[in-house]
Amino acid sequence: MMTTSDVTTDARKVASSSAANLGEQPITAGELNATGVCAWFSGRLVLEDVDLFMERHAVTALIGPSGCGKSTFLRILNRMHETINGAQLAGTVELNGEDIYSPNQRATWVRRHIGMVFQRPNPFPAMSIEQNVLAGLRFNRIKTSSKADLVEEALTKAGLWTEVKDRLSNMGGALSGGQQQRLCIARALAVRPSVLLMDEPCSALDPASTLRIEETIADIKEEVTVVIVTHNMQQANRVSDNCAFFLSENGKPGHIVEVGSTVKMFSAPNDPRTLDYVNGRFG
Amino acid sequence: MTITETEEHRPAEGDAAGPTPIKITVRRSRTDVAYRRIAWTAAASTFVILVLIGVFLYIRARPAFEYMGYWGFLKTQVWNVSGVHPSFGVGSALLGTLILAMISLVVAVPVSIACALFINEYAPRKILGFFPAKGLLTSMVDLMAAIPSVIYGLWGFFVLQNSMKGLSRWLSDYFGFIPGFKVNTPVYTSSLLIAGTLVGIMIMPIITALCREVFSLTPLGEREGAVALGASRARVIRDVVFPFSKGGMIGAIMLGLGRALGEAIAVSIIISLTFGPPNHLLQPGGNSIPALIADRFGSGGKLGAAGLLAAGLVLFFITLIVNLVAANIVRRQEKKRA
Repeated sequence: MMTTSDVTTDARKVASSSAANLGEQPITAGELNATGVCAWFSGRLVLEDVDLFMERHAVTALIGPSGCGKSTFLRILNRMHETINGAQLAGTVELNGEDIYSPNQRATWVRRHIGMVFQRPNPFPAMSIEQNVLAGLRFNRIKTSSKADLVEEALTKAGLWTEVKDRLSNMGGALSGGQQQRLCIARALAVRPSVLLMDEPCSALDPASTLRIEETIADIKEEVTVVIVTHNMQQANRVSDNCAFFLSENGKPGHIVEVGSTVKMFSAPNDPRTLDYVNGRFG
Repeated sequence: MTITETEEHRPAEGDAAGPTPIKITVRRSRTDVAYRRIAWTAAASTFVILVLIGVFLYIRARPAFEYMGYWGFLKTQVWNVSGVHPSFGVGSALLGTLILAMISLVVAVPVSIACALFINEYAPRKILGFFPAKGLLTSMVDLMAAIPSVIYGLWGFFVLQNSMKGLSRWLSDYFGFIPGFKVNTPVYTSSLLIAGTLVGIMIMPIITALCREVFSLTPLGEREGAVALGASRARVIRDVVFPFSKGGMIGAIMLGLGRALGEAIAVSIIISLTFGPPNHLLQPGGNSIPALIADRFGSGGKLGAAGLLAAGLVLFFITLIVNLVAANIVRRQEKKRA
């Protein structure tokens, strides 16, 4: 357990390093540990007592029927939950052992290190492709020795570079839906996060774009821990190393039924409800 | 269903060799036709009224223009409509109107935008644990717009005027080198600055309400995208809300400007009408077209009345141009976005 002063100096250390040159910073995937997480919307409990450890260099998939609290849980992991009116939470979330809800912790710092990709692609329409990729650096006043290199690196990782390299100054909103989503991934990767959260990133996309994004996830997991919410069982099976099955039965708040390696969850889960769900028998 | 009206979309003359588009005939029902005609008439009437007002003003103002000449009327800075050799024009009133409008925008725009941002972005959900802050502030801003301008005028005369003496003296003492800021006789009341500030306060509610509306339309996806990248609230405002709202903000400011240009009662309560070049902002005296009309209405005989209508026509054109420019800017912004 860290003392308060430890956290403060740590936060300061990281804050000062984020002001330094981005190129000098090592790329490190982080581990996330959530314990006893509960969530409320306007006083109604929607998520109860969730414990989940999200391994470094691995892809963790959150699966379960609609309304079971997967997305809510995901948004608690980078402090996006608190931006909603009437949203409350309990429990702790630690990034590499550091409590992200500690009073000394800035939410902006947390979100810069735990990136997020949303269900609907949301590039900044008033910015060019290049400006979109660099937006996170601008927001956090991060300097980089070569913007061009960083833009190329982030777009390459997101699998978009070859398609847009000749029109980086075009508006981000002019791309197709699948390209926009990959631009959002590039934008999230450009600030070198430790963790990338993805909230049904392919649900608004066509199969070809979905495939490209799944390939991207496989490519980036060496340098960034991925947590993905998905309704698509095949996708969860294809991309993830571990799975957590969320369920909310009979109007009760959502909770985790079972956690395990994806192989085990899809072949021989412990709970019969997990087996039913992954085989498409309900949900 | 009775079909009573048809409309044909004829295809463009195409290449005879290629495929030719078919003719599409739209057949409308009787109710649809009725609704269309009612809506069309209502829309056309706004245009007709606008044109009729312009025509009326022009016809009734013509004697004044004929007497003074168009250019002469625009630049003459005195208003002598009676006597043997009348001479009158909107020269000083026009400049005064523009100066007043500028002062009012300088006062109103920053406060209105900040107020709209506070209501939208910063206001707590509840104040004193009970009142919904956002709703309360929004309706208070709307109430401010509902106060009659004569009451603003009285308040300005009895309250604002006295409390602005210090500011006027300070401006005169330290910025006296700027043309119009030097006060020779130490009287700081009834000035263009006070009237402009008052008009600024009067147009704040409309600018605030419109800006708040535009800010609240910022797509949640874009906001969350920025927040999830570690943007602070100030960053979100600067890089997401403002770029999205640019067109709407300009429209709001222009609408405020339109009101400021036309404000008569409050201005004529504050300033004592003077003619000649409006070359001092901080000491008594000044002029504006609406105040001139309100002040001189019913005096000066036939030529005087024509002169006032001519002044009204000038104001009519200015506000028309301001609004057209505003609409154009808003449309261009929207096009750029899409």
